[in-house]
Amino acid sequence: MMEQAFFLILATLAVGAALSVIIQRSPLYSAFSLIGVFACLAGTYIMLKAQFLGAIQMIVYAGAIMVLFVFVIMLLNIRKEETALDKYRYLWLLSIPFAATLIVEVLYTILKVTSDFTSLPEMAKRPEVGDSQSIGYGLYTGYLMPFELTSILILLAIVGSVILARREKD
Amino acid sequence: MINLLNHILLILLQSEAASSGVKERLLEGLFNVNINNFLVLSSLLFVIGIAGVLTRRNVIVIFMSIELILNAVNINLVAFSRYWFLQSEGKNAYMGEIFTIFVIVVAAAEAVVGLGIIIAYYRNKETVAVDEIDLMKW
Repeated sequence: MMEQAFFLILATLAVGAALSVIIQRSPLYSAFSLIGVFACLAGTYIMLKAQFLGAIQMIVYAGAIMVLFVFVIMLLNIRKEETALDKYRYLWLLSIPFAATLIVEVLYTILKVTSDFTSLPEMAKRPEVGDSQSIGYGLYTGYLMPFELTSILILLAIVGSVILARREKD
Repeated sequence: MINLLNHILLILLQSEAASSGVKERLLEGLFNVNINNFLVLSSLLFVIGIAGVLTRRNVIVIFMSIELILNAVNINLVAFSRYWFLQSEGKNAYMGEIFTIFVIVVAAAEAVVGLGIIIAYYRNKETVAVDEIDLMKW
């Protein structure tokens, strides 16, 4: 009962902040709302016994990536207000039936497919899943190859961003 | 399972619980994972992210919506990881979480390269509105 209330609070805050991300006029307020979404999702991960991922969510997402976003927003200093396009003024009416169809479809599938799931509480007593030890063990044994390939991806991202941000010399 | 708040308090006050052993300090999480809740939350965030990508003109906000979509996927992965752990004998219960770590890494790389492109474009054209970025239109 308490878990349900906890989850409902976190989920409501997350969805509200996500709506705020796409509704806010200023990109800076959108970035702050997105930090709220990440914090709520970190709480959700902790409820799912993924403490390490909750910490990673706060450190990497809310700490590093969002600071990068805020830095770029501050750097570009966009003052101009967004205005709606006149060309597509009546086209948004078309989006309502499409969005309603998508939402009904997804909810129907979720509620139909997963309705016969049951849980086995006795299996949950093991304390070692979800911490950094088990995830590190998995990363360095069974998933070593994708882990090493990830380093190549990060190297490519670093080199690419340096080349993109470099100012051309005449 | 009602003791979730109690466990959180134990984690927050680790010095108090130090005498009761390491395992007592670990958060145990949900025992009865009603996975529908997490799937519904994930689908809502996903739809909101898609709406942000489709409706906003500022390319930075579009990037933020993409981060929102990736987080919706992460909730699915973590919830199914926990669910699989509860359903099976507890083997390989961390697979979904490892995949989530890869998703986070790819999201970070994508944000770095995308924001680099935005800065490079803004330096030349003085705009970040996606309908004014039409350099590669025929």
